[in-house]
Amino acid sequence: MLHVDGLRSFSLSDRVVAVLSGGLSHERDVSLRSGRRLSAALRDQGLTVEEWDTDSELLTRLRDQRPDAVVVALHGGEGENGSVQTVLEMLGIPFVGSTSQSCRRAFDKPTAKAELARAGLSTPDWVVLPHGTFRELGAQYVLDAMTDRLGLPMMLKPDQGGSALGAQVVRSAGQLPAAMVNCLAYGETVLAEQFVSGVEVAVTVVDGANGPEALPAVEIVPESGVYDYTARYTAGLTDFYAPARLTEDSAKAVGELAVQAHRLLGLRDISRTDAVISSDGTVNFLEVNLSPGLTETSSLPMAVEAAGRSLGEVFSELIERSVNRG
Amino acid sequence: MNPSDSSNDPTEISTQQHRHSLDPHVGRYAARTKGMTASEVRALFAVASRPEVVSLAGGMPNLAALPIDSLSEQVASLVSNDGLVALQYGSAQGVPELREQICDVMALEGIQAHPDDVVVTVGSQMGLDMVTRVFCDPGDVVLAEGPSYVGALSSFSAYQANVVHVAMDDDGLQPAALREAIETAHRHGQRVKFLYTIPNFHNPAGVTLAVSRRAEVLEICAEHGIMVLEDNPYGLLGFNGQTYPSLRTQDPNNVVYLGSFSKTFASGLRVGWVLAPHAVREKLVLAAESATLCPPTFNQMLVSRYLATHDWQGQIKKFRENYRERRDAMLSALEQYMPAGCSWTKPDGGFYVWLTAPEGVDTKAMLPRAVTARVAYASGTGFYADQLGSRQMRLSYCYPTPERIQEGVRRLSGVLTDELELYNTFGPAAQRTISGPQAPSPDTA
Repeated sequence: MLHVDGLRSFSLSDRVVAVLSGGLSHERDVSLRSGRRLSAALRDQGLTVEEWDTDSELLTRLRDQRPDAVVVALHGGEGENGSVQTVLEMLGIPFVGSTSQSCRRAFDKPTAKAELARAGLSTPDWVVLPHGTFRELGAQYVLDAMTDRLGLPMMLKPDQGGSALGAQVVRSAGQLPAAMVNCLAYGETVLAEQFVSGVEVAVTVVDGANGPEALPAVEIVPESGVYDYTARYTAGLTDFYAPARLTEDSAKAVGELAVQAHRLLGLRDISRTDAVISSDGTVNFLEVNLSPGLTETSSLPMAVEAAGRSLGEVFSELIERSVNRG
Repeated sequence: MNPSDSSNDPTEISTQQHRHSLDPHVGRYAARTKGMTASEVRALFAVASRPEVVSLAGGMPNLAALPIDSLSEQVASLVSNDGLVALQYGSAQGVPELREQICDVMALEGIQAHPDDVVVTVGSQMGLDMVTRVFCDPGDVVLAEGPSYVGALSSFSAYQANVVHVAMDDDGLQPAALREAIETAHRHGQRVKFLYTIPNFHNPAGVTLAVSRRAEVLEICAEHGIMVLEDNPYGLLGFNGQTYPSLRTQDPNNVVYLGSFSKTFASGLRVGWVLAPHAVREKLVLAAESATLCPPTFNQMLVSRYLATHDWQGQIKKFRENYRERRDAMLSALEQYMPAGCSWTKPDGGFYVWLTAPEGVDTKAMLPRAVTARVAYASGTGFYADQLGSRQMRLSYCYPTPERIQEGVRRLSGVLTDELELYNTFGPAAQRTISGPQAPSPDTA
C-alpha cells in the first residue's frame, strides 16, 4: 500500500496504466525509448503497464480497455500540443500531465516566452517569423532586420518541437540563410532568439502535496559546446552534473524560475524548464517541456535520482494523483 | 541552510554534485568509432517505419512471393531429420553441399568456379568486412563508384581506409575517371588496395556497367596492380531476365566476387558468399574463423535444401516480375509528378532509382519536411564518403505496392516543390557549402 500526500491509500498492483509512446512526430524514436524506460520503472513499482503507440487503433483501445490512467510519453506533435490530451479528456480517462488547454499554450515556444516575459521572467529577446514573411518581404531584408535586432550569435529553432531538432546556433550572417532552411524543414515558423552563453541547466518540476516543487537542477555540459541532437542522445558526448554546480542563490533562482513557469503556464503534474544562467547571474528562461524525455541520456531521471527518489516512484505518485482527480 | 546536510527536500541545494558522464568507457573507444553517434537522420527513419509513411528509403527485399508453407515444412523436416547436424558448429568455409550449389547459381551468370574457392559468409556484408580486413591497413585507399553502397562505406570506414570515389554515368563506372583516380592517388603516394564495384543494377545508382567497359576497367586495374572486389547481389534480377558477363569471369585471378541469397531467396537467413583466388580464399577462411567460427549451419542447410527441392529459378523469375511492376510504377509516377529540373536513372533491374534534385536542394536538410509529408527516402550524402551527393536521393521501389509507390512519389513531388520555394526565398546563400566538385553521378537529364 502506498500513501500519497494524504490521499487515499491504494495498492499499486491494482492499477492498469497505459503508457503512450511513439507517435508520428520527428521525436518518435526518443519517445519510444522514454516509453520503454518509464514502463519498466512503473512495472518495478508493481503496476500493470500497457505500452501503446498512437495509431488508428488507439481510440478503440482506450474505449475498450479503459486503463485506470494514461501517461503521455509522446514527445512533440500530437503528444505535447494538446491533441492527445483532448482525446483523453473527451473519453474521461485520467492522465498524467497538463490539460489540453495548457499544452496548447505552453507547447508553442513563442507563446510561452511571451507569457513568462509579461510576468517579468527573464528570457532572451526573440522574434518569430513564418516562412511566408521571408518570401513576401524579401529574405535578405528580414534576415538583416533580425540580425540588427538580436545580434550574433543567434539561436534558431522551430517554434514547436523538441530534442533540439532543427535548432542551431548561427555565428555569422553568412550562415543564416542555410540555417533558416534547415530550421524550416521542421516547421513553417522560426523562433530566432538572442544567444545567451552561460551555464545550461534543466529543472524538473513535480506537483506534490504543497504544490509544484523543483527537483535539483541538472547542469548540462556538451563536449562540443552545443547541446544538439547528437550531444543529447549519444552517451558520453555530454557531461551532466546533478545537482548543478551552482551557488545556493543561483540554484534557488533556477528552481524558482521553473516553478514560476510551471504555475504561470498552468502546467500540471510534471514539466521541465530549460534555462541558462548568464555570467551576470541572470537566470534566463529558454523553453518548457510538457512531456520531458525519460531516456537513458535525459536529464529528468538524473534530477529524480539527485532528489533521492526513483522514476517509478515519482510517476506512480503522479498516476495516483491523476486517478484521484478523475 | 547547511549545504552539507543530507536532506530529503528536493529543493535543497547540495554541494555533493554527481557527475554523470553516462559512458564510463568514453575515453577507451578506438578512433574508428568516432562517427558512431546518434543522428537526426536515424531518428527520422523511426517515423518512416510507421505505415502512414510511404518509405522509399529502405532496401528490404519483397518476400511476399516466397512459398512460405512449403518452407515451413522444410524447416520442420530439417530439424527432425538432420537437427543434430544443423544445430551444430560447422566448417568455417561453409557447408560443402551448399558451396557446390552456389557454383550452380553463379553459373547462371557465366561464372565457372570450384566449390573449394567459395567461402560462405553471414550475408555478403561479412564478405565485404573480411576482404577489407584482409587487405586494408589504416590509410590505404579503396576506390568505389560515386555514389556507392552505404554498407560498404561503413566497412571501409571501420578499417580506416580512405575511399576515393570514381565518377559514373548512365553506363556505370567511367574508365577514364578510374585511371585518373588511380594516378592521382599514386602521385600522392597513396596505396590503392582495390576497386569496389557493383557492376549490375547498382545500389544506389540503378545503372549497369556497360559490357563494352568491363574489359577496360579490368585492364586498368590489372595494369596498376589493383584488385577488383565485385559485389553482385542483384545480378539475377534483370527485368528482362538478362544477365551480364561477370568481371570475375574475365579476370579470375584479380577479382574477388561477392554473392548473396538475400535478394534471390531470403535476406533474414543472412547467407552470402565470397569467391576468391586460392591464396586469398585461404586468408578469408582464417578471417572468417576469427569473426564467427563458422556461418550458421542451420541457415546454410536450409538454403541448400531450398535449392535442391524448390524451383528456385522460377522463384527468382517471380521476384523479377514483382520488382519490374514496382519499377514501372515508380518511373511512371516520377514522370507524372516530379517538378522541372529533376532527373533520375531508369534501372533495368535491381531495387533503386537515383534521383537528382534541382540546383539548390539539399536532400538531407529536406528529409524532416518529407517525413512530415509522410514519405521517406535515403538522402544522397550517405552514399559518399566525402559529403558529396547533397542534391541526390535514393528511391527504393522494392518493397511498397505499386499504388503506395505512386502515392509516395506524389507526396515527394510536393515536398520538393516546397523546398524549391524555400531556396528561392533564401537564395544561393542557403545552399550548403561543399568543397570540391559537384557530385559525380549518373544523370539522365
